[in-house]
Amino acid sequence: MHPAYSVIFFTVASGAGLGLLAFMGLGALSVGAQPMPFMLTTFGIAFALTIGGLLSSTFHLGHPERAWRAMTQWRSSWLSREGVFAIITLIVGAIFAALWTFMDIGSAILGIITAILSLVTVWATGMIYAQIKAVDLWHRWLTPVCYLLFSVAGGMILFLFLHAAFTDKTEPVWELSSVAMIALLVAWVVKVFWWMGGDKSPTSTPESATGLGSLGKVRLLERPHTGSNYLLGEMGFHIGRKHARKLRLIAVMLGAVLPILLILLAIPAPFDALWLGLAVLAHLAGMLVERWLFFAEARHAVMSYY
Amino acid sequence: MTQLPESTDRKLGLVIDLDTCVGCHACVISCKEWNTGGYGAPLADTDAYGDDPSGTFLNRVHTFEVKPADKPAMVTHFPKSCLHCEDAPCVTVCPTGASFKRSEDGIVLVHEDHCIGCGLCAWACPYGAREMDAVEKVMKKCTLCVDRIYNENIPEEDRVPSCVRTCPAGARHFGDLGDAGSDVSKLVAERGGFDLMPEQGTKPVNKYLPPRPKQQSLDEPVNLASLAEPKASGFLGWLDGALERLG
Ligand code: SF4
Ligand code: SF4
Repeated sequence: MHPAYSVIFFTVASGAGLGLLAFMGLGALSVGAQPMPFMLTTFGIAFALTIGGLLSSTFHLGHPERAWRAMTQWRSSWLSREGVFAIITLIVGAIFAALWTFMDIGSAILGIITAILSLVTVWATGMIYAQIKAVDLWHRWLTPVCYLLFSVAGGMILFLFLHAAFTDKTEPVWELSSVAMIALLVAWVVKVFWWMGGDKSPTSTPESATGLGSLGKVRLLERPHTGSNYLLGEMGFHIGRKHARKLRLIAVMLGAVLPILLILLAIPAPFDALWLGLAVLAHLAGMLVERWLFFAEARHAVMSYY
Repeated sequence: MTQLPESTDRKLGLVIDLDTCVGCHACVISCKEWNTGGYGAPLADTDAYGDDPSGTFLNRVHTFEVKPADKPAMVTHFPKSCLHCEDAPCVTVCPTGASFKRSEDGIVLVHEDHCIGCGLCAWACPYGAREMDAVEKVMKKCTLCVDRIYNENIPEEDRVPSCVRTCPAGARHFGDLGDAGSDVSKLVAERGGFDLMPEQGTKPVNKYLPPRPKQQSLDEPVNLASLAEPKASGFLGWLDGALERLG
């Protein structure tokens, strides 16, 4: 499948933003008042990433002016559900954030609801892909699980970084850091399982696509068109296995190994915000590679006709 | 409404005979001609006379080679358009309600004024039956010529899809596949009509009729070029050989 940059950016940015929002929601349970700059920046970044991602996803629409219509078919369509959940999350999240930041009311109920809504939205994003039966690689229950785990891990390191940047640290934050490292590890281990499970032979073949398999081996002799077309532009992209393996390794290095090392550096040492900032950047870079591969490695059933 | 109807009163669709199709692409052209002026937005071509021509088509003809294990290969022309699936995945994924399946005749259509051009339905269709128009930015697909088959302003013999009316080989048939007594249903029963990609669970309405297997098997391919070599005999033959030996 063609890796569209607007969609890659959308899923990475809004995934991390919603993960951060979910953490702030849960934060209302445990921590009391926090310094105002920390609250403003953290909520600001969470909303900017989420809204920026959503806006970017509308760039690849043919008719963005009709985007509101996408809210109407939540009964059957995961894309519609995602839109509805995103809007509700932003509204509830904004009320929660405003109450906590400006009036010092850290409502646990609103916090939990915000956290749940954020994660449900991310789940819906994953389901948009998982529902597409014509793409074997995506059509698995582990797909939305990966989206969810990456969102949690991304939100966690962002939170860790902002926390370090805005609070005077007197002792190592072992607890928070360990949770972030575990979240990262779990997300990437599941992703590796997802990769391994996806390396299998395709469900649909030229034989099943033409129904001529009972007669013999089927091979395309002539394409229906000499030029390109919409289908080839959208689904004709498939990266070679050799390159995919290298890129997988790069994704794991950037997204998992480097951030974990940087978090370990940050725990006892000074300059923790610097290390954690680098960890955030490394993780986001790893996520971009992972998301690019998510599309580039996927084979669509229609390619059986080409 | 992108929820699928529980059932449809009729199941209008096509039966395509792979034994008869000669691969002339007449249906491709007549489809484009009718539909660029019919239902909804025209079917755009971009860079039509340039280096990288591309265009929107609702029907395309592929050509496949089928190689049985013990016989020479055979060539099969393969027209493909929307199969108006009963469990159409393209409809349920649509976030706007632009895509829908009609409960009266089972035709799958796009309400183009509601389409946001997200392209998700084209991803959901395993058959590649939907193409986004590059100029109008809305999703285009076969309408089963909904503006012909019920059209009382055109002669009765024309009230079939344009591709069916055009096919010079009679390889395309149109009718109600939900009615076991219809001509198309009988044809499917007689000839062993089949579904494309049954493993995708889309339950397509359109059916395909298989090509006849090759009648006789030729053991060795004949070298046609050697048959064209002139064979001289007698004196000319001796002369030919002698000159050949001289180099
Ligand atoms: S062939 Fe494709 S576009 Fe047509 S109904 Fe089936 S899934 Fe939808
Ligand atoms: S491209 Fe149009 S018809 Fe297709 S899913 Fe999107 S809104 Fe629906």
